[in-house]
Amino acid sequence: MPRRSKASTSRAAIALVLLTLAGLAAVAFAADQDDTTGRVPYPVIAQGQGENCVEDTEFMRRNHMDLLLHQRDDTVFEGIRGKRHSLRECIDCHAVAGADSIPITVTSPEHFCRSCHDYAAVTIDCFQCHASRPEQDVVAEARK
Amino acid sequence: MNVKIHSPAPGKEFDPARRSFLSAAAAAAGVALAPGVFLYGVGAPGPAAARNLDEAVTSVVRWGMLIDTNRCESGCNECVTACGTENGLQGHGRPATDAQWIRKVDIRDPATGYSKSLPMMCQHCADPPCVDVCPTGASFKRADGIVLVDKHSCIGCRYCISACPYKARSFVHEALEDQKTHAPRGKGTVEGCTMCVHRVDEGREPACVEACNDTGGGAMLFGDLNDPKSEISKRVATYATQQIRADLGLDPGVRYRGL
Repeated sequence: MPRRSKASTSRAAIALVLLTLAGLAAVAFAADQDDTTGRVPYPVIAQGQGENCVEDTEFMRRNHMDLLLHQRDDTVFEGIRGKRHSLRECIDCHAVAGADSIPITVTSPEHFCRSCHDYAAVTIDCFQCHASRPEQDVVAEARK
Repeated sequence: MNVKIHSPAPGKEFDPARRSFLSAAAAAAGVALAPGVFLYGVGAPGPAAARNLDEAVTSVVRWGMLIDTNRCESGCNECVTACGTENGLQGHGRPATDAQWIRKVDIRDPATGYSKSLPMMCQHCADPPCVDVCPTGASFKRADGIVLVDKHSCIGCRYCISACPYKARSFVHEALEDQKTHAPRGKGTVEGCTMCVHRVDEGREPACVEACNDTGGGAMLFGDLNDPKSEISKRVATYATQQIRADLGLDPGVRYRGL
């Protein structure tokens, strides 16, 4: 085996790191594009209402569960009902309209929460108790 | 005749000076809290004082109800209907297991035939036995006296159902869908009257009280038992009222008049 110089080893290492980064970037790009046509399926994530979420999208992707857990205990035990990080706000803002323009429930794979959790194989039991779409009479009232 | 006199437990002697000091302190705290507290909702402020929804509830208030059974008609069911509508309680045609947060009870003295009708629901005890027996801490009393179930930690063991002397709790047997946003409920958990905590937090009164006053006999009154100026405090101070099964020493927050 030919002896390699120190410089060529480090050059190879840098190249390897660059290649890995490029690969990661491509994956991230594909995820942002919601590419469903490729070999790897990506979840179709519906756009929420308004300009932006209550927090940065990247932050929400990683930390929404902690925010919800925190808000949940504050609300149940102490009656703190600030709306910013409540499940109700998530549901209201990220409601996905079905074919009949009525918001779909979590029984549909296109549901905002479900599309991603299915993809990540995360089972959540929020919707055994909580409604998975905005209250229908409230929605009807708003449409009038 | 053997008359038993119940004296307070040692260390629990009633001290009027201490009580008046405490209420004065509470009044002072109320004044100090007033700036920065925004009025939630519009129209005339309800019996529930406006509270900053970003702050935790405190034991300065104790929510309670006074039910005047003289005004409660036997056939009237307005409170029960209103509760079902407000909290999305739909029956499955199985009275033995269907959710029942409030019910009408007709009582009759067999010796005289004297009868009364009254609504019965969670009595929001100061010392709730449901909280004592809960193995997970799911059954709890909020600082303002409202007894609730944290369904996130309820395992559905139903000890609380057995422990409650008022039969105030129900168990959800069926999978549910499209619950009310303000009243999440699901299969495998215990539930009961929440004193419409979502409305109380907004400064409104419970749905049953509202319905009783709108279309019923006007028998129900909701308010703060700790505030001597509240209507409920004035009435319980003026008229003879009683707690059901007061002998159990649970100090329910729901009082009845005319039983």
